Amino acid sequence: MSETYETLLGILKDLHEDVDFDTCETLIDDKILDSFDIITVITEISNEFDVAIPADKIIPENFNSAKALAALIDSLEED
Amino acid sequence: MQTNVLEYLEQTVPRVPDKVAFADENGELTFAEVSNNAKAIGSALAGDGLYGEPVVVFMEKSPAAINAFFGVLYGGCYYVPLDVEMPAFRIEMILEQLKPRAVICDSTTKPLLGQFGYEGKSYLFDEMTKTAVDDAALSAIRAKQLDIDPIYIVFTSGSTGVPKGILACHRSVIDYIENLSETLGFDEDTVFGNQTPLYFDACLKELYPTLKFGATTYLVPKQYFSFPIKLVEYLNTHKINTICWVVSALTMISATGTFKTVKPETLRTVAFGSEVFPVKQFRMWKEVLPNASFTNLYGPTEATGMSCYYHVNREFEETDAIPIGKPFRNTGIILLDENNKEAAFGEPGEICIRGTCLTMGYFGQPDKTAEVFTQNPLQTRFPELIYRTGDIAHYNADGDLVFVSRKDYQIKHMGHRIELGEIEINCGLYDGIEAVGCIYDKVKGKIVLFYTGNVEKPELAAYLKQRLPRYMQPNLIRKLDEMPHTPNGKLDRKALKAIYDNA
Repeated sequence: MSETYETLLGILKDLHEDVDFDTCETLIDDKILDSFDIITVITEISNEFDVAIPADKIIPENFNSAKALAALIDSLEED
Repeated sequence: MQTNVLEYLEQTVPRVPDKVAFADENGELTFAEVSNNAKAIGSALAGDGLYGEPVVVFMEKSPAAINAFFGVLYGGCYYVPLDVEMPAFRIEMILEQLKPRAVICDSTTKPLLGQFGYEGKSYLFDEMTKTAVDDAALSAIRAKQLDIDPIYIVFTSGSTGVPKGILACHRSVIDYIENLSETLGFDEDTVFGNQTPLYFDACLKELYPTLKFGATTYLVPKQYFSFPIKLVEYLNTHKINTICWVVSALTMISATGTFKTVKPETLRTVAFGSEVFPVKQFRMWKEVLPNASFTNLYGPTEATGMSCYYHVNREFEETDAIPIGKPFRNTGIILLDENNKEAAFGEPGEICIRGTCLTMGYFGQPDKTAEVFTQNPLQTRFPELIYRTGDIAHYNADGDLVFVSRKDYQIKHMGHRIELGEIEINCGLYDGIEAVGCIYDKVKGKIVLFYTGNVEKPELAAYLKQRLPRYMQPNLIRKLDEMPHTPNGKLDRKALKAIYDNA
């Protein structure tokens, strides 16, 4: 498991203690994350990883699972 | 003189019967359809002997739900919107307070009704609208109605753990709609993009001006507020020119750099409120929409929506707060100090509101009502009510009101008004919880809950989701070994803040 993924799980867990972010792949589709959560996650990611998620990457597919979101962060860090 | 909000609809229908009044992604209703459906619903209620009582509208957010509101009014009753996403426990608590005899549902919500222990009559919107219109009955109802009769109840957070139902009448809503429309310049060409839920007074801004002017309201799908590019594209596709949104919905767009990809093309009126608009974000909006009007609105639900406005027409420093400005026409503001005297110019005081805009108070709670709807202490020779908001403000050098703080533990979080006490009380009821304390991190916009007791965090989080609406959920939960108290035994929120800041 990558370091990015571990840190991200910590951020998500703080938001919803009762959700299993490691396995859930329907965070948006099942309305587990709402618009407030998305804003919080984007802000925390920019603080933790020093990357800004651009608007065109804020799409449901990138937020449906912790894995997808970690992959997005990694790809932004490479740029 | 207009005495009923339905007159807005009745004057508009003959003018633009086939124009779309309300629309969402699943459908739309024209003014003629809205009128016919509402009269049918009113006739159905009258036929069952309902009058002058609360009727719950428990439907998904949709043009039909809005239409049901007007139907309830045709029946001479008042509507109480309940949301599908509210936790069951909260719905039960509200039904217990209201003891309604009728609930209007849609096909999605009707099967859910059983779990709340509700035993009254339930109606399906789609069946009610097939009822033959009984003009004689509707005329008889209208003839009896006064402008001081209630229109709706909306529920807001209560510090004792029980939500409070605020009741508003025709007259205060008409007063509000007239003055809001004049201030923001609504007309027949206005196309609203609604953001706020239907179970708060915030949606009055779109609902009644749409009827008054023959305008159009689009209900923006909720999930779009998570995805800024889609949201702006939605506004452009539907040629939406007017939005009255909470600040966080606007900053979500600007802070993520959305304007680099897509710009709003048709917006001309932007109103916002409930929270401070950070000047840095505001400037991004002003730059992308140089010709649009931007208005800051302020007001409590107890005074029917909004009470004060400020047209942002000058530059602000990033450290400045945009003022809440001046009261609407026919609304009065007094700032009272701790001794119930008018605060000196420039000094802080509690915002107290007088005028027709005052609502009727809290449903079934005369004591709570009397605490905040009080005699104007500056004028004691005849009865005159003011509403004490609990908000502290002062006048700046330009004579505009500037919000300072709250006097209690009420917070504004994502545009929602929340009593921290309500979260604490509900949390404390869970088995194994010993002590609870909540604080609010204004900068990050986070509700932080601390607790002690033999309970694990995931378990507590899952329980809170059953008890409290989404917007009241703590954004961070921390377990402590010991809850800090002040020397006289009260919860020490300052110490909690220190624990949070040092984490």
